[in-house]
Amino acid sequence: MFDLDKWQEIFSTISKNKMRTFLTGFSVAWGIFMLIILLGSGKGLQNAIDGQFREDAVNTIWFGAGTTSKAYKGMQPGRQVRFTDEDYEFVKDQIKGVDKISARYYMWGNRVISYKKEYGVFNIISVHPDYQDIETATLIEGRFINQIDIKKRRKVVTIGKPVKEALFKKGENPIGEFIKVNNVLFQVVGVFKDKNENDERRIYLPIATAQMISGGGNTIHNLTITSNLSAKESEQLEKNIKAEMAERHRFDKDDEQAIWMWNTIKEYKKFSNLFMGIQIFVTMIGAFTIIAGIVGVSNIMIIVVNERTKEIGIRKAIGASPASVIGMIIFEAVIITGTAGYIGLLAGIGLIELAGSLIPPNEVFSNPEVNFNVALIATGVLILAGTLAGLVPALRAAKIRPVLALRDE
Amino acid sequence: MITLTNLHKSYVTGENSLHVLKGISLQIEKGEMVSVMGPSGSGKSTLLNVIGILDNYDEGEYYLDGMLIRGLNETRAAYLRNHKIGFVFQSFNLISFKNAMENVALPLYYQGVNRKKRNLIAMEYLDRMGLKDWWTHLPSELSGGQKQRIAIARALISKPKIILADEPTGALDTVTSMEVMDILQEINNTGITIVIVTHERDIAERTQRSIKLRDGVIENVIHHSLNYKTAV
Repeated sequence: MFDLDKWQEIFSTISKNKMRTFLTGFSVAWGIFMLIILLGSGKGLQNAIDGQFREDAVNTIWFGAGTTSKAYKGMQPGRQVRFTDEDYEFVKDQIKGVDKISARYYMWGNRVISYKKEYGVFNIISVHPDYQDIETATLIEGRFINQIDIKKRRKVVTIGKPVKEALFKKGENPIGEFIKVNNVLFQVVGVFKDKNENDERRIYLPIATAQMISGGGNTIHNLTITSNLSAKESEQLEKNIKAEMAERHRFDKDDEQAIWMWNTIKEYKKFSNLFMGIQIFVTMIGAFTIIAGIVGVSNIMIIVVNERTKEIGIRKAIGASPASVIGMIIFEAVIITGTAGYIGLLAGIGLIELAGSLIPPNEVFSNPEVNFNVALIATGVLILAGTLAGLVPALRAAKIRPVLALRDE
Repeated sequence: MITLTNLHKSYVTGENSLHVLKGISLQIEKGEMVSVMGPSGSGKSTLLNVIGILDNYDEGEYYLDGMLIRGLNETRAAYLRNHKIGFVFQSFNLISFKNAMENVALPLYYQGVNRKKRNLIAMEYLDRMGLKDWWTHLPSELSGGQKQRIAIARALISKPKIILADEPTGALDTVTSMEVMDILQEINNTGITIVIVTHERDIAERTQRSIKLRDGVIENVIHHSLNYKTAV
């Protein structure tokens, strides 16, 4: 098979039939090129949409206390439901499937935050340590609120990057400095950034500290949990929480007003369906492109064999065995499709890379990329198809009877 | 060298069957130069194809060099064609994209001779045909006589036992025809059996025997008493 002489014979045939070689090669290279462009663009589209969701944990349930709207066990509707730290502990420890959990306590009052003579208006959010993961906030300096801060009700704060930029204009190191929040001094322990700009313009306080300062006792206003569950399991989790809360706070579990819940997985599901749609669409076009390529290659191979009937007849008359004729045609097909496929692959990846570096990431197109394995498999499939496409006419060629091929017209 | 006994061959196309060879018995000795004549449709080309193992036959027996040729598979037939038979065709049948040397060398490729060696041998044969200086030329750049000489060189390179020539001068003018016949004569003088299919009397007269076919049977055999070989 790796007989040098055989390859020389094939290469000489290929190089002496430039037009034929070019046409076959071009259809293969073009097929691969288009496929790579398609896959890359599809990925770019998906990256852009995905990017808008990757800012927060996708599997998040938010819920908070409301006002009952149904009578329950002799109690009138209109009763205010109040969640406490105990509910937080209960959900954290007793409900299965909860990964990260944080409660929030809303601090009323003005939102002006100041440091020396600088001040700005930002959101003040009091949370548990897990909140960092829920919002996917990335620390750039210091640390996030931790469990000890909660326990000791420390007056510490982790601030967003824009907050730091607004207050520490002279470039001071904010860590260890005191900023004034609602006229109470808090020590800065960390600075974070967040992909979502709105989620950056805020400061995080320990929830216990906020409860203490505002005189909120053990009241919490809402709870946020994340899970690693499937959409279906997540919806079940949502139901479990509602049922448990209804039991603990004695309201009808079908009461829509007593507890509000918001499950991001539903939103995410819509979009993941969209992703899937795009994915299927792109894959289908890719598959059709490959099929078109296969048809093109097959066609050319058939034409080539027809055109070469006489040559094959001559070869057979002077002693070419059927196997050598089949080998010749197949190896030619493999070499041409392989080389052309590789060129198409390189050209496609080159263009995608170029587009990726020239087009700035935006909402509909960002970081187009090609899964190299997929590209390689696609090229392999086309080469295999080219080979199979060559096989049919090659078998036919092997059956060509020299007498007929050599008959003078 | 070639022994045919009561050979029959029919072509079947659909429901029609055309009986082309109707019992041919023939003996051609080693070193003989024989011509096969006859009007078109008499079966002379078919006979040559059967002898050349390009085509099979239905009935009878065919011995080539003492070997029964019957029901061979394609690979075996190709092997025998490659090693025992050289073909010369009316339309030369050179491969258009190969130059003169590569065309001549091709049979050796199928014998597994390496490129360098077979090209060297091909050059020798081209030299013998007086075409050494033309080795780089493609068939389209050569005259009919030159092409036929290349085809003869190609037929000879595998050192065959027999040369089968199907109207070798059919596409050539008289002078060139005679040149080609001179070459075939020389080859025959080296002991290689030659069978020529022709409808030209002056070509046939240069062979030792003319076998005349008509309607698939041998009509008569003419011995040319004064042939070139004995005259020399």
